[in-house]
Amino acid sequence: MWTRLKRLYHKMGSPKWFYEITTRWSKWFMAVGSILMLTGVVWGLAFAPADYLQGNSFRIIYIHVPASLLSQSAYIMMAVAGLVGLVWNMKMSFVVGKVIAPIGASLAILSLLTGAIWGKPTWGTWWVWDARLTSMLILLFLYFGVIAIYNAIENDEMANKAAAVLSIVGSINIPVIKYSVEWWNTLHQSATITLTKKPTMAPEMFIPLMLTILGFYCWFAVWVFARTRNEILFKERKTNWVKKLLQNGHKKTTGAQL
Amino acid sequence: MLMALLKRDLLLAFRSRGDLLNPLMFFMMVASLFPLAVSPDPQFLGTIAAGVIWVGALLATLLSLDLMFKSDYEDGSLEQMLLMPQPAMLMVLVKVLVHWLVAGLPLAFIAPLLGLMLGLPNGGFMPLVLSLLLATPILSLLGAIGAGLTVGLRKGGMLMPLLILPLYIPVLIFASSSVQAGVQGSDYLGHMAFLGAYLALTLVVAPVAAAAALRISLAR
Amino acid sequence: MSLQNLHNPDTTSSTTGPNATGNGPWLSARGLFCERDERVLFSELNFDFLPGDIVRIAGPNGAGKSSLMRILLGLSAGFEGELFWHGKPMVQQVYDFRSQLLYLGHQVGVKGNLTPEENLAWFSPAATQDDIYGALKKVGLSGYEDLLTHGLSAGQQRRVALARLFLEDKPVWILDEPFTAIDKEGVSELEQVVINHAQAGGLVILTTHHDLRVPVKTLMLGGQESEMPLC
Repeated sequence: MWTRLKRLYHKMGSPKWFYEITTRWSKWFMAVGSILMLTGVVWGLAFAPADYLQGNSFRIIYIHVPASLLSQSAYIMMAVAGLVGLVWNMKMSFVVGKVIAPIGASLAILSLLTGAIWGKPTWGTWWVWDARLTSMLILLFLYFGVIAIYNAIENDEMANKAAAVLSIVGSINIPVIKYSVEWWNTLHQSATITLTKKPTMAPEMFIPLMLTILGFYCWFAVWVFARTRNEILFKERKTNWVKKLLQNGHKKTTGAQL
Repeated sequence: MLMALLKRDLLLAFRSRGDLLNPLMFFMMVASLFPLAVSPDPQFLGTIAAGVIWVGALLATLLSLDLMFKSDYEDGSLEQMLLMPQPAMLMVLVKVLVHWLVAGLPLAFIAPLLGLMLGLPNGGFMPLVLSLLLATPILSLLGAIGAGLTVGLRKGGMLMPLLILPLYIPVLIFASSSVQAGVQGSDYLGHMAFLGAYLALTLVVAPVAAAAALRISLAR
Repeated sequence: MSLQNLHNPDTTSSTTGPNATGNGPWLSARGLFCERDERVLFSELNFDFLPGDIVRIAGPNGAGKSSLMRILLGLSAGFEGELFWHGKPMVQQVYDFRSQLLYLGHQVGVKGNLTPEENLAWFSPAATQDDIYGALKKVGLSGYEDLLTHGLSAGQQRRVALARLFLEDKPVWILDEPFTAIDKEGVSELEQVVINHAQAGGLVILTTHHDLRVPVKTLMLGGQESEMPLC
């Protein structure tokens, strides 16, 4: 058992192995993700009933909610990747963490944008200091910090480690931040409708939402894999296996150019 | 060794007291910008005083964080400190303590004066001072992480706010609303309890993280 | 490239693992490998440093002298291979190693805003005022004890740090360019201090561009690999 785990660890640490296995996985994630997203979006937009209070405008949750959820879990994933990198000195793990940062930040931006678009018909204004939107804004700031540190430190290894420390500290703080923002919001609450906080959601609204969430996760994996493989190719550009791969042409490596 | 370090750092702080006044003066200036920018109406100022003073305190702390490790990094002392046999997080704790004594604690003393200038209602003074006493150590502790991460960087000063300000938000929320609670005459013990708990959490996490950050920054 | 060129005039180094007996090597390395920016600085580097050794780490600029020194100190984690302290893996012995280590770096960590006495009181908390005055006298800084250090010359400031060699009872000295900014007379005195320390059973590891008069082990880095243009 232990030796198997150890072997797996060594494999995971090998860029070549990671490159090959994710190339294979990506296709599956792409296929499953597309099916889930298509079903979820068509079902959600065309067939799910309109909300009794908000009418059709609620349908933006099929993008807004997955983006918000994923952006939060992406931060945790980034921190875990950083922790693994720091503790076991695993270089691949740092690469994954580095790659997640801009993806997570763009998902946070997507969440904020869709939140604002949803806010206009619901509250009559683009921006309301709603607890969830505020938390998401702070999460975006946390991402900004991590991205800024990658940009500021020239030495790759140092930048990876520094960003790992920061994202770990950030993820420890996320529950505190969320709690304090929610508490602050109840203190100053005046809006009567909160986004996404339905006591019960009709199953015909909820199931498509679940499908889009899962679909988002699949495409997130594809995105992370693709960016990681690009990093691997760049880092390992002088090794034999990459040279060989490049000579064989890009035909076999579809998906790496995302 | 740690006591000697504490003594040395306090002595150094005392020798360059001019540097220590800068964040304090900055604190006062920021607070006095608000009446000029918004309105000198005492009624109105009273309602925003708590927030203004606390935002000022955060910014003043950010300004002084550069003092924590920078000069020791530049002259090689930081290297010597990391080579002490004692765990580096104890060294960080000493540094944080000194930073708090010379940059955090004075904010708590000068804040009532700003409260007067901004027309803070009477009930707000007690929670203002208490929250500053309880929460400025948190600012120094979290700040040590940012200072450790940016110590070797030329543009570190610009980077620090980006890294640290999001982590300061819970402090800002609870501290300034404790003052609001005091103004409204309601109980602010719960706010203080939260700040105390957050202090305990950062006391555990921050020295470890800052020590790791320093090791990374010095590994070159 | 072969970097197994540890010239060893007086002792024979073992090629097997370091032994853990009392009179075995103090500081050993097995299979050290280090690269910076995709350039290999050294690989398969093995050595055993014994008490009484004066080891000079030599090599052209960019050969990895500083990198090796920082690896020995434990300040840099960017290497592969193993370090041993008294025959045991260094990772378990960090406290013991550091409490026996005196390191003088490129920058010596002397504060301009403190007097020489105050500087030394921090470095060596156990020392009394008499000890400190005695050490400062030995490095020729009598009369400067309570002046702020930033008023002293560059050489004098380094001498403040060198006074630590007389104050602290540490068996292992790691000195990075200790002769920088020191005058001729000071250099020969310092050489004598280094020799005395080694003869008393201490270990000295240093880098210097200065030719030492004493028999030293030389750990040559770089060699033909590092033909960097001087610029």
